[in-house]
Amino acid sequence: MTDLIHLSADALARKLTSKEVSAVEVTQAHLDRIDAVDGAINAFLHVNTDEALLVAAEVDKARTGGDALHPLAGVPIAVKDLIVTKGQPTTAGSRILEGWQSPYDATVVRRLRAAKMPILGKTNLDEFAMGSSTEHSAFGPTRNPWDLDRIPGGSGGGSAAAVAAFEAPLALGTDTGGSIRQPGAVTGTVGVKPTYGGVSRYGAIAMASSLDQIGPVSRTVLDSALLHEVIGGHDPHDSTSLTDPVGALVEAARMGQVEGMRIGVIKELQGDGYQAGVLTRFHESLELLRSAGAEIVEVSCPNFRYALGAYYLIMPSEASSNLAKYDGVRFGLRVVPDGTPTIERVMGATRAAGFGDEVKRRIILGTYALSAGYYDAYYGSAQKVRTLIQRDFAAAFEQADVLVSPTAPTTAFKLGEKLDDPLAMYLNDVATIPANLAGVPGLSLPGGLADEDGLPVGIQLLAPARQDARLYRVGAVLESLLEDTWGGPLLAKAPEITQIAGGK
Amino acid sequence: MTAVTDEVLTFDEALAKYDPVLGFEVHVELNTKTKMFSSAPNAFGDVPNTNVTPVDLGLPGVLPVVNGVAVESAIKIGLALNCRIAEKCYFARKNYFYPDTPKNFQTSQFEDPIAYDGHIDIELADGTVFRVEIERAHMEEDAGKLTHMGGSTGRIQGAEFSLVDYNRAGVPLIEIVTKPIVGAGARAPELAKAYVAAIREIVKNLGVSDARMERGNVRCDANVSLKPKGQEKFGTRTETKNVNSLRAVEHAVTYEIQRHAAVLDSGTPILQETRHWHEDTRSTTSGRPKSDADDYRYFPEPDLVPVVTNEAWIEKLRAELPEPPAERRKRLQADWGYSDAEFRDVVNAGVMSSIEDTIAAGVSAPVARKWWMGEISRRAKLADVEPAELGVTPELIVELNALIESGKINDKLSRDVLDGVLAGEGTPAEVVEKRGLAVVSDDGPLLEAIDGALAAQPDVADKIRGGKVQAVGAIVGGVMKATRGQADAGRVRELILQRLGVEG
Amino acid sequence: MAEINRDDVAHLARLAHIDMTDAELDRMAGELAVIVDSIKSVSEVAGDDVPATSHPIPLSNVFRDDVVGETLSNEEALLGAPDNADGRFKVPAILDGE
Repeated sequence: MTDLIHLSADALARKLTSKEVSAVEVTQAHLDRIDAVDGAINAFLHVNTDEALLVAAEVDKARTGGDALHPLAGVPIAVKDLIVTKGQPTTAGSRILEGWQSPYDATVVRRLRAAKMPILGKTNLDEFAMGSSTEHSAFGPTRNPWDLDRIPGGSGGGSAAAVAAFEAPLALGTDTGGSIRQPGAVTGTVGVKPTYGGVSRYGAIAMASSLDQIGPVSRTVLDSALLHEVIGGHDPHDSTSLTDPVGALVEAARMGQVEGMRIGVIKELQGDGYQAGVLTRFHESLELLRSAGAEIVEVSCPNFRYALGAYYLIMPSEASSNLAKYDGVRFGLRVVPDGTPTIERVMGATRAAGFGDEVKRRIILGTYALSAGYYDAYYGSAQKVRTLIQRDFAAAFEQADVLVSPTAPTTAFKLGEKLDDPLAMYLNDVATIPANLAGVPGLSLPGGLADEDGLPVGIQLLAPARQDARLYRVGAVLESLLEDTWGGPLLAKAPEITQIAGGK
Repeated sequence: MTAVTDEVLTFDEALAKYDPVLGFEVHVELNTKTKMFSSAPNAFGDVPNTNVTPVDLGLPGVLPVVNGVAVESAIKIGLALNCRIAEKCYFARKNYFYPDTPKNFQTSQFEDPIAYDGHIDIELADGTVFRVEIERAHMEEDAGKLTHMGGSTGRIQGAEFSLVDYNRAGVPLIEIVTKPIVGAGARAPELAKAYVAAIREIVKNLGVSDARMERGNVRCDANVSLKPKGQEKFGTRTETKNVNSLRAVEHAVTYEIQRHAAVLDSGTPILQETRHWHEDTRSTTSGRPKSDADDYRYFPEPDLVPVVTNEAWIEKLRAELPEPPAERRKRLQADWGYSDAEFRDVVNAGVMSSIEDTIAAGVSAPVARKWWMGEISRRAKLADVEPAELGVTPELIVELNALIESGKINDKLSRDVLDGVLAGEGTPAEVVEKRGLAVVSDDGPLLEAIDGALAAQPDVADKIRGGKVQAVGAIVGGVMKATRGQADAGRVRELILQRLGVEG
Repeated sequence: MAEINRDDVAHLARLAHIDMTDAELDRMAGELAVIVDSIKSVSEVAGDDVPATSHPIPLSNVFRDDVVGETLSNEEALLGAPDNADGRFKVPAILDGE
């Protein structure tokens, strides 16, 4: 049974379709794995045992009865706890929502249910997805399966670690400035931020509405494409949802072809601040793509240097407004100070007790950026920089079909290392943020291990808006070339968790 | 907390020294089937917190979607107010914390309202026309309803706690804002009332709002400031809220003018603040002063995309507009030939449309007026309903009138016929038959009654014989009395004169 | 560009309805000053000729038909409420009682 957890979603789907294994067996194997290792990893905030097994049993029954089923029916999945689910708590990693249950499902969750994919549970994250290490979770940090003393990235460290630790073959993440891709990079997994509007945000607890996107987390490029097709496509509940069809993403991943493609290396996303081992692996990947027939060109995106600044104005501004609703009136925590306080004082006390430091920092920063007298200088200017970054992308995509960069400047750092230095923490997102500002899709895949620390390095691919298929087409080729050099998947090199955790 | 009665000058004293400057913000609730941003019913008076979706409660993860009919209603209002319609406009978030506001921001419009730069001409009682310039009309959403409990008055002051019902939260509102209105002088209160009445009439005529002030469909915030006569610069203004009837608008403006004048006369500056109108005491009390809580931190709503209009769309909507009320009145008065006084009475009685329909059904303008302003208005007053609500159809009036003109019944009998018809006894003809109401047309019984009447008043008979024909009325009266009104008075007169051998 | 100081943070915390102790205000002021300093270059980059981008993918006129959909029951609406009474959300007094 243990073997089941090491299979890709695609392989599991095939075994389920051929009735070689049952959905209950597959689901139970993952629940057993969670039971065995999650004490060390802390990827899950809630494990949804009963419902997952019930859905799996339904799949098995339907298959026995010869009913038509979605190809991924019975393939279990973990869901980032920023995405609302009926029947399970949703906390957003915050005390302020502890114990809250949504009376409605997010659109992506409805689609998972329609495909009959058992939901294993809800994964850990930085509070309200604000962070790059999952250390800002109110419920304790998630640990990196490669080294339990290191961060799994963030905010979606729970989803990435769950997939890297074989607790789930697939997971859902959300990406506002790199929260899917950066955890993918530091855990040796695959993560995709789709084109803005490509996947409905309805039911994803908003951090920064104009930047947030839900996307797939997996161990292979093909698996992400499979999940992307399940969750993608127009949703009338999201006004920013694109009406375009999802596109043949799985086909692109299966075809995997780069010959004659122009791949642009972004000059500004390398060099200073990038770890040597990260750059070495990055350049190897470029060589592999060249050997497969791609033309490697250098492109310049001069305004990317302002991306981080623009991001740290736009994101907290929108977040300060999005998080106003957590006030102790309609749902969640209420803290009543002594005496007979007014609702104003209850709100102030509730938000003081319910939010962690990083959330407060961003709310205050956003309140500042939007406040009278500062709007034009801060928020207004940041929105202009956004235009400049879009123009940089447009120019770059004139010269290249796909852009490429390291996903994160470094490999996984130690827990606590950057906790007291917000600015250093923010720099983790320097390479991932431009895609969110411009709305273009990005994919991170494992690029090998850095020589100096033996930890995973991520390679980021970026495509023009609505051209998500290109990411899968190129990503699948690079993945296959790299795995040839490694002699198998990168995660095969990861230590066995039960051993590094000293058993259970 | 008891309201301290403010010092006031008499209205005449105030106007002798100061010129009032007015400004209005009128909120119109649209009568769409659903809310502005959710598919919850837009309905009044239902069980609390049942006309709500997750969107209306501002639950985590929800997103708004704009009601297309509400946008078209907003454009229609803009066109009816002679506004320009924005080619492109955004929604914006107005951030402030209040428990009736589920997201702690109101989705509204800020820099670019959908309609701007308009005007309406207001006709005052003496026939002068006053042009009110419209600054803007923008789309937004209503708040929920707070009920203050535990206090003695049901007011917010002294309440121990409050209960919130979000059924009204998200109901579409159009806020119509005037430019400062200068030069109304002593007619400021009248103009204020007439302006709000005109807005109410326009939106009702457009069919976009139920326009019932007692239900809060049309709500007015009245801004008042005074400037010493001859001064150019405006004084400090106050904004009076809760002015929810036409009479209250008139009274509140009057009161604030008197209060401002007293404050200015005492040498103290006016405090820029919100005032609350109290119908019971016919005075205003201080609300909260404008403070830093008014830093609303507006920014473009990232969850909604802009509204873009074009000529074809606007012209299509313009073609759907009904005739403006003022033009319609002008046309009808000319067509019907009523005097100004007659027409004003018709309008005030609320029977203009009924008269229009009745004339269309086939009676003359004077006859239609006679019915609606006479018998029907009298009955409506007794029953305390609107004349149009009595169930008198234009066709019924046409039939009654035909019976009178043919001499079958007279005016007095027609009231009995109307009674019978309204009591469900059948058509007018049937009622005449059943109740035996036909005019006595056989001369035999009439002559008998005439002889009786002449014998009873021999002195009058002599006067008539002597040429005083106008005295015949007394004899006619006697005959009508004897026949219990069932005679044709014209015929009776003829017969009397014949009998006495006098030329009529 | 204005510096951000402790009083600013106190004002912002009031606007944002987050109670903060003096120690928190001091710490937050220090952290925000560093962050604001590092991002202030943003305000010097783009000239007046550069339009603002508020939505990454330009869409317009996304409207819903005016058709009533599914609603929550009163029970569902109040399920997560910290306090309720009489089918409504119950909140402490809005004004200071005296």
